[in-house]
Amino acid sequence: MLKKHTPPEHGSSETLVEMHNAGVFRAGRWLVRGVDLTVKRGEIVTLIGPNGSGKSTTAKTAIGVMQPTEGHVHRLKKLRIGYVPQKVSLDWTLPLNVERLMTLTAPASQAEIRTALEAAGVGHLAGRQVAALSGGEFQRSLLARALLRKPDLLVLDEPVQGVDFTGEVALYELIRDIRDRTGCGILMISHDLHIVMADTDTVICLNGHVCCRGAPQSVMESPEYNRLFGARAAQSLAVYSHHHDHTHLADGRVRHADGTITEHCHPEDGHHHGDHDHHTGGEEKPDAR
Amino acid sequence: MLDDFFTRALLAGVGLALVAGPLGCFVVWRRMAYFGDTMAHSALLGVALSLVMEINLMAGVFLVATLASLALLFLERRGSLSTDALLGILSHSTLALGLVMVAFMTWVRVDLMGFLFGDILAVSKLDIAFIYGGGAIVLALLVLLWRPLLAATVNTDIARAEGLNPERSRVIFMLLMAAVIAIAMKIVGILLITSLLIIPAATARRFSSGPEMMAVLASAIGALAVLGGLFGSLEFDTPSGPSIVVAALVLFLLSLIPSPLAKTPDRATENRP
Repeated sequence: MLKKHTPPEHGSSETLVEMHNAGVFRAGRWLVRGVDLTVKRGEIVTLIGPNGSGKSTTAKTAIGVMQPTEGHVHRLKKLRIGYVPQKVSLDWTLPLNVERLMTLTAPASQAEIRTALEAAGVGHLAGRQVAALSGGEFQRSLLARALLRKPDLLVLDEPVQGVDFTGEVALYELIRDIRDRTGCGILMISHDLHIVMADTDTVICLNGHVCCRGAPQSVMESPEYNRLFGARAAQSLAVYSHHHDHTHLADGRVRHADGTITEHCHPEDGHHHGDHDHHTGGEEKPDAR
Repeated sequence: MLDDFFTRALLAGVGLALVAGPLGCFVVWRRMAYFGDTMAHSALLGVALSLVMEINLMAGVFLVATLASLALLFLERRGSLSTDALLGILSHSTLALGLVMVAFMTWVRVDLMGFLFGDILAVSKLDIAFIYGGGAIVLALLVLLWRPLLAATVNTDIARAEGLNPERSRVIFMLLMAAVIAIAMKIVGILLITSLLIIPAATARRFSSGPEMMAVLASAIGALAVLGGLFGSLEFDTPSGPSIVVAALVLFLLSLIPSPLAKTPDRATENRP
């Protein structure tokens, strides 16, 4: 059974990365603003939000791939990061097999490579050309590569993209397994607004800023979802219900819980007391599932 | 032995091919063919400036090619025009500037054809020393920087997230390119330098299962093209630079013929049980 919401049992759960009021301004606009985020050892934090809401920007800023324009990002000294980006497109002209992909950023022994590939369930693919892999095989290979570094912090940008539903459940099981075995912290971006990995400790919903945050509810607690997803999937998936105190209107203005409308939303404006308003975007219907 | 002009030409050409192979692979992987062309075209401006300032030709070409690549980086950052358009502007304006400057210099006799298409048969012992000395430095740096360069080629964000420095790799790669252009100018000429970078690498692709293998094969194929081209030029009395490029093209076309030796990724996986 899954161990939901139990404090991680690995180490002293030191803070790996911490963002304070971080914002990134590029090409004339704020990609994301006012982000507070902490990932501790053994903890899984999931970022969700519609397209263009700043999920990838937030993750990249957390690990130093992008620099924040305002606010602060603190990383543990000598933090080892394993990164699986949202999109890795390999040019056909570059011949690369899975085994060679493993030592892309650091050398590793044959035994270490084999262990990492086996752990990600792609031990049989070692000799394959990366360009010939399926979506799921490629994601698992990238995951194995990130694992091989024995990272303190694993950052996964939409790890289940291009993977079918059964594959998604299996990948979540694998990610949970990695966390349980290595005790690393995981910062994950989900492509789904409402379904997240069951072992997620904190869900952060972004929409240019932090819209809301909280813990997901286990699918297993709901017999309906249980029936819908099947018993095995229900162990790996959880539902996150959004509790927004404001709504983003189509013209970019913001309607707050008390009915007032402002040009922008400010984090200090009426925080989390009224839960009346949910998203109103077409793809964002929490009750439709 | 080095007193024979043909032996000197062979030595110089093979030396250049050995360096151009691995560097050419990166040009192909990073889709920088046009970029290489731009740097090469700026070499004529380098020649003109070195003649005016009376400095060593190779040093002048190296400096100007480096400046051209830095100018491109700067203009890219400003982000007003696409890289493609910037390359087009920089490539032809530096070439034209060089041609105009050379035309003004009535006091020196400049063998323009030699600079544009190479004059490998006029390679001196000092040139050979430059090619092998400079080439050894370029190859040594490439070996040292192989991992960050390759990682940044596959994915810049992964490289940066995992503690490698893609920006530094990129700048050093440009310096290496400038160095190779400087030593290649005399052998194949400004207009043909990129072909010696790209064609052997493209030929090597079909026979390679890994990046390192492709780099080594590209060197070998480039050396073969130099040998074929020079012997052909001696036999048929054709210009040496273009003959080397034609030989490289012939090898490339031969590599397209289906053979059991060539393994495309798909076939390699199909053969697995």
